[in-house]
Amino acid sequence: MRRNLLTLTILILILFLSVLSKNLDPYIYQILVFFGINSILAVSLNLINGFTGQFSIGHAGFMAAGGYFSAALSVYQGEKLLNILSFLPKDLAQGAIFLVFLILGGLFSAILGLIIGIPTLRLKGDYLAIATLGFGEIIRVAILNLDVVGGPRGFPGIPKLTDITWVTFWAFIAVVVIYRIINSSHGRAIISIREDETASESMGINTTYYKVLAFSIGAFFAGIAGGLFAHYLMMLHPSSFTFMRSVEILLMIVLGGLGSITGSIFGAFILTVLPEALRGFAHLRLIIYSLTLIIMMLVRPSGLIGNREISFYRIFKFLRRKGIN
Amino acid sequence: MLSIKDLHVYYGGIKALQGINLDVKEGEVVALIGANGAGKTTTLRSIFRLTPIVKGDIYFYEINLTKLPSYKIASLGIAHVPEGRRVFPNMTVKENLEMGAYLVKDKKVIEKNLEFVYNLFPRLKERQKQLAGTLSGGEQQMLAIGRALMSNARLLLLDEPSMGLAPLLVQEIFSVLKKINEEKITLLLVEQNANMAFSIAHRVYVMETGKIVLSGPTEEIANNEAVKKAYLGG
Ligand SMILES: Nc1ncnc2c1ncn2[C@@H]1O[C@H](COP(=O)(O)OP(=O)(O)O)[C@@H](O)[C@H]1O
Ligand SMILES: [Mg+2]
Repeated sequence: MRRNLLTLTILILILFLSVLSKNLDPYIYQILVFFGINSILAVSLNLINGFTGQFSIGHAGFMAAGGYFSAALSVYQGEKLLNILSFLPKDLAQGAIFLVFLILGGLFSAILGLIIGIPTLRLKGDYLAIATLGFGEIIRVAILNLDVVGGPRGFPGIPKLTDITWVTFWAFIAVVVIYRIINSSHGRAIISIREDETASESMGINTTYYKVLAFSIGAFFAGIAGGLFAHYLMMLHPSSFTFMRSVEILLMIVLGGLGSITGSIFGAFILTVLPEALRGFAHLRLIIYSLTLIIMMLVRPSGLIGNREISFYRIFKFLRRKGIN
Repeated sequence: MLSIKDLHVYYGGIKALQGINLDVKEGEVVALIGANGAGKTTTLRSIFRLTPIVKGDIYFYEINLTKLPSYKIASLGIAHVPEGRRVFPNMTVKENLEMGAYLVKDKKVIEKNLEFVYNLFPRLKERQKQLAGTLSGGEQQMLAIGRALMSNARLLLLDEPSMGLAPLLVQEIFSVLKKINEEKITLLLVEQNANMAFSIAHRVYVMETGKIVLSGPTEEIANNEAVKKAYLGG
């Protein structure tokens, strides 16, 4: 367990080091920002799908909800709050406001998570998949019809507050929070639901409570990721949050490994970098993603890594074994 | 201790249980036998509220279980060894046992229960770090029973512990069940293997297509001509 945490810390440090290198190529910088945001999305979806064993396919919806909510706060309330906090140094005030708005965006998503989760997660079966699929579309259509956030024209004028430090910070928080949940007695309860829900209930575990809890925490971090995304691009558009986006996040964890935090980060990395490399085939993305999902489900349902964690100790052992043979 | 009164369970149009009455007294081993599809599993699962109960009540002492959510029932001191074992496959043997003690907060009690289970099934101790999904069928059955015992339960519900196991293993499991009962734990045992069930039961209920058709002390049921023909192979 310690070793895994070490690996995670190092992975995050790698990101952090890039902060220090001031003259980073802007293109690489952007990829790193998206990698960080995707990591938050993948790790939080993995809490729901990988660790709790539920099937949510609406992560883009939660990302949109949190993103639009915090962006609207920034656009309509940001200036006012800055004036109120004018006794503080400007950077500090700005940072504090951004932090609060991001968290409010996350909480907004979490509340939507509760509203969807409580009725559907009380039932056993794949109701959640259907509900989240519908939710993702409803949120998008709702935004298209909301004039205060630009509707189909998109929502411009969001202040650029996200930088790689913020992204790294939140990726770190997401990983640590979810890691600590998983390795607590609550985590055992959550994992036992994935393993066998009925047996888990017979042990005295309030499975509905834990399913809803995991689902809302996942939604919270998706909302945070949406907020970071909004304040990086300075402009939101409903087309960023289609079903395709949910599939992409799902693919990250299916590739990396359902039930592996490091696997999620690995999957997020692949799905950040690969589309860049395959830019010429952008129109084929949906087909490629769907095929990859199907192939993974058939050939390696536990993901490239499975539910284990990547650790340097394991890599070292693996290399040594290869060296000897 | 346990009293099922006029229980009706329907799965849509299938009337799986049609007015079951069944009592279990403290300290007893009660066997519930019947052919495949008679409704034995449905009866056991109903105690944990895992079935659509249409009518009837289930009392554990004075508590009406049909009014409680499933997860509250374990806390009353009832544990379920489900049909097909249903261990947690990607958890180790020890983690599975610890899950059984989920409601026990006292670490010392957990240690004591673990000791008790390992004494009953030394094989589980040898394999405590192994993933439960990689155990043999017999070992998984032992684990499912051990996991149920970890909770300090006073009433154990067992659903076909002999299913799919070699005769020697079945003997072993049943001798452990006898030992468990000697520790003042009450057993409600569902079985298709009537011979084995009769070897440890004090009383027997016989079920056919959703109804109890016969009940009484084991000797009486075992000597019943119809039962001999249908369940004892002659
Ligand atoms: N989940 C279910 N949905 C629909 N029918 C069921 C379900 N479980 C059991 N049944 C039906 O209820 C009847 C009793 O089944 P069960 O309790 O499993 O019997 P037994 O354990 O004695 O073999 C059977 O006809 C079975 O097909
Ligand atoms: Mg059965």
